[in-house]
Amino acid sequence: MIRDKACIVGIGETAICRKPGSGLSEMALQLKAALAAIDDAGLKAGQIDGIIPFPNLGKAEAFAASLGCADLRFAVMLNMGGASPVAALRVAAMAVVTGAANHVLVPAGWNGFSGVRVRETSASDSESIPGAAIARDYYMPFGLNAPPQWYALMARRHMHEYGTRAEHLGAVALAMRKHAQLNPNALMHGKPLTMEAYLASPMITDPYRLLDCCLETDGAAAYVVTSVERARDLGKTPVYIMGAASGQPYPADEIMNRPEFHRVGLTTAAPEAFAMAGVRPQDADFAQIYDCFSFEVIQQIEEAGFCARGEGGAFVENGGIELGGRLPVNTHGGLLSQGHLLGLGHVVEAVRQLRGEAGARQIKDAEIGVVTGWGDFGDGSIAILRR
Amino acid sequence: MQANPKPLPLLEGLAGAYYDWCRQGELRFQRCRQCGTFRHVPREICAGCGSFDWDWVKSSGRGTVYTWTVVARALHPGFIGDEPYAPAVIEMEEGVRVLSQVRDCPPDQLRVGMPVRVEFVAVNEQVTLPYFCRA
Repeated sequence: MIRDKACIVGIGETAICRKPGSGLSEMALQLKAALAAIDDAGLKAGQIDGIIPFPNLGKAEAFAASLGCADLRFAVMLNMGGASPVAALRVAAMAVVTGAANHVLVPAGWNGFSGVRVRETSASDSESIPGAAIARDYYMPFGLNAPPQWYALMARRHMHEYGTRAEHLGAVALAMRKHAQLNPNALMHGKPLTMEAYLASPMITDPYRLLDCCLETDGAAAYVVTSVERARDLGKTPVYIMGAASGQPYPADEIMNRPEFHRVGLTTAAPEAFAMAGVRPQDADFAQIYDCFSFEVIQQIEEAGFCARGEGGAFVENGGIELGGRLPVNTHGGLLSQGHLLGLGHVVEAVRQLRGEAGARQIKDAEIGVVTGWGDFGDGSIAILRR
Repeated sequence: MQANPKPLPLLEGLAGAYYDWCRQGELRFQRCRQCGTFRHVPREICAGCGSFDWDWVKSSGRGTVYTWTVVARALHPGFIGDEPYAPAVIEMEEGVRVLSQVRDCPPDQLRVGMPVRVEFVAVNEQVTLPYFCRA
């Protein structure tokens, strides 16, 4: 059991930008965020003895060499795409609870705008996903080449079965954008959005318009996990990992032939994590939900148990996921309006809220928060955190 | 020669066998010889019973539209100029689902449940792809 035995003690986040780009290599960008997180924790870089890097964005050994981690004892990589940074919370907790490591660093970051754009890599570098060979042989020849297209199939089917509408997707985009107005380190800070402008944005892959799609940005973030005992000796308010779990759809490497089309990784991970934490979804003061595309927020709200499957559209309407609503979601602006920090920014924001450091967007007396990750063909991860 | 060719399947292993049937004008799916379950995409063993034995059983070629997306902006260079086009999931009478396109149907007329049947398009001498048309 890891419940309440490990804490997030440090967070770091670089500036998020597009033009002219970060001006740093992806490794340097991540090291910058890593150093900020280590400093935030009140640690020295040499004390980091566990590293869980993001898939394909640098090896643990390279991070250790640059940071001066002379005693790297725990290095693993979780191949879950955007679900990896939240999945790493459980693995980091397991490591510090069992003594496999004392201080685990989890970095993620990239030049998602100035470097190779993801919409290009997904076509030419499909080896990065578990179902790569299946996509190559059975999807790509028919013009299904990239993540928004995969997930649009799920969104369209959901619309058919449950009456989910464009305005529901728009409500997600609007909520993220509204929150970004309160975050100076959000790419869309100072650029508010109306439903009219959302509906007028160009279609990319129906039902996804341009404004249903996450931003491509340069930036990095990182966090540090340690045991409760060690956390007590450090400076910052520790944020406890109450429960954490990961899951996979079935089959995880093929989208079309799932016996239950809407079952994703989160469907099984969420009940496991809430049971571990001993709380219910309605106990959460907020949720930071991996928002690669607008519908995935609706789907994860349902699969995490915040409402029943099919009710997510109504849940997000009328400010339901905005600050002041029943469940504030992505108070930093998320991938849709802050920037694409590969899901690690969601962890950073959850910690800020639970520490009371979220400034203008602070949720009053936030005690319990949920953070999710989503990746590849629907892999899922979730953590329930408390102050 | 197209400047930006469309991606093609790698004709190796089970994918090679599947597309070889397509080249002969037949859509065939694996059916477990032990428990009779159809499966797609092709795999080495039956996930239901663990059997390594299967037959390539000829499909009726008929199915219905399960879901789709209308690509308005191509995200692969090989499909630039084809927009709008609609990758669609077809649920076959055998129970398996296939990702393809309904080529004779304007994307805005696609509906869940629309009956379709397979038609084959030879891309080159080696590769024939199974597309669909309205039944």
